[in-house]
Order: sequence, then C-alpha cells, then structure tokens
Amino acid sequence: MDLHRRDFFKVLGATGITLAVGKELNAAPKSKNEMEFHGVLYDSARCTGCRGCEYDCAEANNLPEPIPTKQIKGLRKTDEARRTVVNEFNTSKGKVYSKMQCMHCNEPACASACLTQAMSKTKDGPVIWRGDKCMGCRYCMVSCPFDMPKFEYHSPNPKIQKCTMCFDTRVQKGELPACVENCPNEALTFGSRRELIQEARRRIYEKPDLYFDQIYGEHEAGGTCWLYISPVPFSEIGMNTSIQKASYPELTKGFLYTVPSVFVLVPALLLGVQQATKKENSTTDIENE
Amino acid sequence: MIATDNDGQPIWRFLLREFKPKGKILTPFNIISVPIIILGVILIGFRFWKGIGAITNLSQEIPWGLWIGFDVVTGVAFAGGAYVITFMVYILNMHKYHSIVRVTVLNGFLAYLFYAGALLLDLGRPWNVINPIIGNNFGVSSVLFLVAWHFLLYMIAQLIEFSPAIAEWLGARRAHKILSGMTLAAVIFGITLSMLHQSGLGALYLMAKEKIHPLWYSEFIPVMFFVSSIFAGLSMVIFEGSISHKVFSDQISTKSHQSQRGIIHGLAKICTGTLFAYFFLQMLVFIHGKHWDLINTPMGYWYLVEMIGFVLLPMMLFFYSYRTNSILLIRVAAILTMIGVVLNRLNVTIIGFRWDMPVRYVPSWMEIVVTLTVLFTEIWIFRWVINRMPVLRESPNWVNEENKSQTALADDHRRA
Repeated sequence: MDLHRRDFFKVLGATGITLAVGKELNAAPKSKNEMEFHGVLYDSARCTGCRGCEYDCAEANNLPEPIPTKQIKGLRKTDEARRTVVNEFNTSKGKVYSKMQCMHCNEPACASACLTQAMSKTKDGPVIWRGDKCMGCRYCMVSCPFDMPKFEYHSPNPKIQKCTMCFDTRVQKGELPACVENCPNEALTFGSRRELIQEARRRIYEKPDLYFDQIYGEHEAGGTCWLYISPVPFSEIGMNTSIQKASYPELTKGFLYTVPSVFVLVPALLLGVQQATKKENSTTDIENE
Repeated sequence: MIATDNDGQPIWRFLLREFKPKGKILTPFNIISVPIIILGVILIGFRFWKGIGAITNLSQEIPWGLWIGFDVVTGVAFAGGAYVITFMVYILNMHKYHSIVRVTVLNGFLAYLFYAGALLLDLGRPWNVINPIIGNNFGVSSVLFLVAWHFLLYMIAQLIEFSPAIAEWLGARRAHKILSGMTLAAVIFGITLSMLHQSGLGALYLMAKEKIHPLWYSEFIPVMFFVSSIFAGLSMVIFEGSISHKVFSDQISTKSHQSQRGIIHGLAKICTGTLFAYFFLQMLVFIHGKHWDLINTPMGYWYLVEMIGFVLLPMMLFFYSYRTNSILLIRVAAILTMIGVVLNRLNVTIIGFRWDMPVRYVPSWMEIVVTLTVLFTEIWIFRWVINRMPVLRESPNWVNEENKSQTALADDHRRA
C-alpha cells in the first residue's frame, strides 16, 4: 500500500473542508417570484417635471437640497448626494420628463454580487443597503446594469447611496415612500407589483394614443419593482434599452454551479494522478528529493 | 526545541541578526524604490484620511480602476506559476522542476499577500473586511465571496507549501518534519483553489454584460482567465528565473545553474501548448460571437493587436525558440506573453470597461505610485527571504540526512 494511512487522512481532511466550503456556494440566487413584491409605477405622461420628489427625497434621507431648476444644464444622473433626479427630454411628442432612481430589481445584481449581504432584497420588494455589513468593495456598482449604487469617494467613512424606497423610515411603518406621498400629479403610484402591472395595462389600454405600448421594468433585468409607462419609446427618455430580459444573477449561476463539482472531482483526480505517476521505490518525503 | 536549535544560541538573538540588512545599501534598485515607497505610504495615509476619491480617478460609473484591474486581477494571473509548478512536481512527479518550486511558491505567496493587501486599500470600509470570513453575513451567491475565501485559503496553502524552508532557516527539525508531511495535501488543495479563483476573477465580470466591450465579454471569460493564468504564471517563472539567476547567482549551486536551461526549455513547450489552446478558444468565441463588424473599429484593431501581437506571435516565438534551442528568444517570448496578459486583463477590467463613455478612466499618478509601492515592497520582502532562507540555495545538510533515514525506514517497513 503506497498511500500511508496518515497521508490518507490528511487528504481526506482537505477534501472534507473543500466539500463543506463547496456546499455553501451551492446556494445560488434564489428565485423569489412566488412572493408579492411592492413597487412604484411611474407614469411619465402625468409627470410635469416639478422636481418635488427630488426635494422630498433629499429631506427624507438627510441629503443636501437639490439645485434650483434654473441652474440645471443638460441631463443629470443620480449621485452620492441625490438618490433621484427628474430629467427633461425633447422627444417626438414634445417635452417628456423621466424620473431616475434605483429600479429595485426582483433579482438584484447588486445583492447577488454583495459578499456580505449588505445589499439585500427585502421580502417586501425594496433593495436596501446596510452599512454595518458593507466593506465598500463596490462590486455592486460594477454589477448593477442601471448604475444605481453610488459611492462617497470623498469620505473616510464612505456610504453607498441609492434609493431604498424609504423602506426603513416609512414603508416598514405602513407609510408611502416620500416621493410617492408628495407627488402633486399622481405620477407615482405605490402598490403590489402585480396590481401595478394591471393598472399600467389599464392605462395603456384606455388611452392607446397617449401611451407607448410597453411597461418598462415588467421584464427588464428579470423584472423590477419600479415600473415605467411613457408616451414615447423608452430610448427617447434616456432609459437603458439594452438591458437583458433575464435576471443578471443568472449570468454567474453557471459558474457558481460548477464550483462544488470542481471541489469534489479535482482533488480526487489529482491524488489519483499523483499516485499513478510516482516512482515505485521512492515512497517517502516528497518535499525533498 | 525551536528556541535553541541554531547551534545553541537563543532564537531572538538569531532573529535580531537576521533582520539586519545584508549586502550593499546603495544599489540602483534601492535608490529608485525607497523614495517611491515613502511617497506611496504618504499617499496611502492621505487616502484613509480623505477618502478614496482624494487620490484616485475612480468615478460612479467606473468603480474599479488600476488597483483592482492591475494589482489584483493581473497580479494574481502572474502568480499562477505556483500552482502549475507544484502540479508538475508533486502531482506529475516531474523532478526536473524541483529546484524552482520554492522560489515559485514564495513568489506566488508574496504576490497574493501583497495584492490582497492592495485590495484593502481599495475597500471603502476596510474595517468590515472580516464580515464575509467570520460572521453571519455570508453572501454565498457572490463570486467575490468565493474569490475572497479562496485568496485566504490559498495563502494558507502556499504558506504550508513554503513552510519547510522557514523551518530550515530556523533550524526547527521537528517542525520541518511535520510541515513537509503536509505538502501534498496543501498542493492538492491549492491547485483546486487556484483553478476556481483564477477563473473566478473572470467570473466577477460576468454580470457587467453591457459594460464590457463585446470583443472581450463572453460567458467564457472564466475559462479564458484560467487558461491564460497557466502561461502567464510560467512566463513569469521564466522571467523571474532569468533575473534571479543574475541577481542571486551567489545563492545558486552549479547543479541548479546547469539544470536551468532544461527547465526553461520545458516551460517553453508548455507555454506553446497552452497559448495555442488559448488562441484557439479565443477564435472559437470570436466566431461564435459573430463580431466581424466590430473588427473594423478602433477597439477592433486593439483586439487584433492583443490577439496577433501578444498571443499568436509569442506562441510562434516559443515554438521556434525551443526548436532552435535559443534561451534568449524564449525570454523574449515570455516577456511578450506577459505584456499580452497585462493587455488582456486591462482590456477586460479597464480599457474595454465602459469603452463607450465620453469621459474615460485614466489612473492618476497617485494610483500608479501606490501600485509601484506595493510592487517594490513585495520585491524587498522577496529579496529579504531569498537572502536568508534556503529558497534558491540548497537545504542544510540535516535535511538530506533526515530524508535518507526516512527512506531507509520506509524500505525496512516495506520489506518487513
């Protein structure tokens, strides 16, 4: 017998550890479709671009006050000091406004990317960020197809800023998100995602001339909790239309699924090859030949 | 006892003596590296005081720059030599390569140590770095979780692989015996970990599907990263070996000097094979991706430069040079291959990342200085270890005696 008992136990131990680690990685992003998420329907045809939601958001989340409309030049993006912005677009149907914020994906890329579960999808729908867990690696920013997590680059104790749908401060207590509650034109509607899709369909069906026949967010990135309807195609109001329909965590699933098999098969194979190739008369210490 | 093993003198006095510098102080390398390291340390202090944005050009759209794309992703690819060489020596039992195992493992270990260290500089909230390791916060669906764990475990595996050299340095005979016995398990574990995290570094970018230029994005990034880590690591071994044999020539026995030629030849053959496999894979992915229209664009030309100039050309050069027995050409091919790997990793992580943005990311001079600081500090430690531990030079005599007695014991055992 060429394999000494002690060697055997060592290899067995190593394989055991790899198995234990391997199994954990098996827990790939779970489909949470069976649960009822809450979300917000944004009706771009009703939005008048008053930017009230920007001010309400800043107030609710202790962010600096937004700049006055007069000083705005060109398109703006959300950043570490503003979680939502409303932009004005000159489209084929005249001026149309579009609000930007985190889309709160059903299967968020950011949450599946996060190695500390700091980004996490609550069972109610909002995707939230938890500072006590986050290590600031910014992999969520790399992964998010909508580029929504923003990082405070100029702080020694940086936070990730993004819309949380006011989950901690309001939604959990049964209140509406700040932007929804204060929208004077009812361009924002809070509700369960299923009801919102029905409502959006109803609006498009009743006024086919007013709306472009698509609900942005119904299928994008595997479905999002924020849903958009608009008078014009979504590419005209600055929405990213190259987003894939499948969810983003699907893209790494294949890789993560191979991990446990590699962890089981490769060490066994390596040990076999090692035993097969070693010379008959040198069974001892492989470290020093 | 470890404390009295060095000819009866106390261990602390031995260590104190060893920590003193050996050799000349005013060498060209020292004169260049010391000011850069001092500047780098100041910049790192500044970064922790004022935030990452104070010294980097990172933005909300490009959250990962030079420190991840070069220090971590490229650096780890070059550290791949350790798992390939240990595979050849301990698993395939190719004893020809035994003399370069220790230096390669040391190189790999230090690379991981320093590049994982560079990762800490890039973390916004580094005090939470232990969360994925200890706590209740396992983000198991994250590729980065896998990579982080693998870095940690592989560093331990490499330390075990290297530990007999430390034991020989300290003269700790019993520890040496125990640690040597753990080598095979560490090697098997380490190779498995390497396969997964070399490819895992590529898998990190799978979710950035629309952000990476289509000529560099495919679902096969993990496979590409794994295959290229083989020739990246071996080219690094050839390159580093050529330098070490000049710089540390006093450490190397004549036997090792003579066997070096054979080793380089063998490695050149492996590089040719893996480069060919890699090139073939890249072509398959390119043809299946139907990206012919993208070739006639600036990024397309850049892709051709990488594929032809730094994959196909070094492959042919490796082939030609081992056929014609030219060590010089092998070294040239190794350098070309290394440039190709740097290009490839930067193309995925930086140059092709958000290639369509109006404002491109270019690293600030401060990011480059910090990167150089990490690199130079690593070389300092490498030199310190080489000059003290039996890495390039032969092990002390008692190691061989121990081996002989063990072989005799085992033979007796078998006969009985």
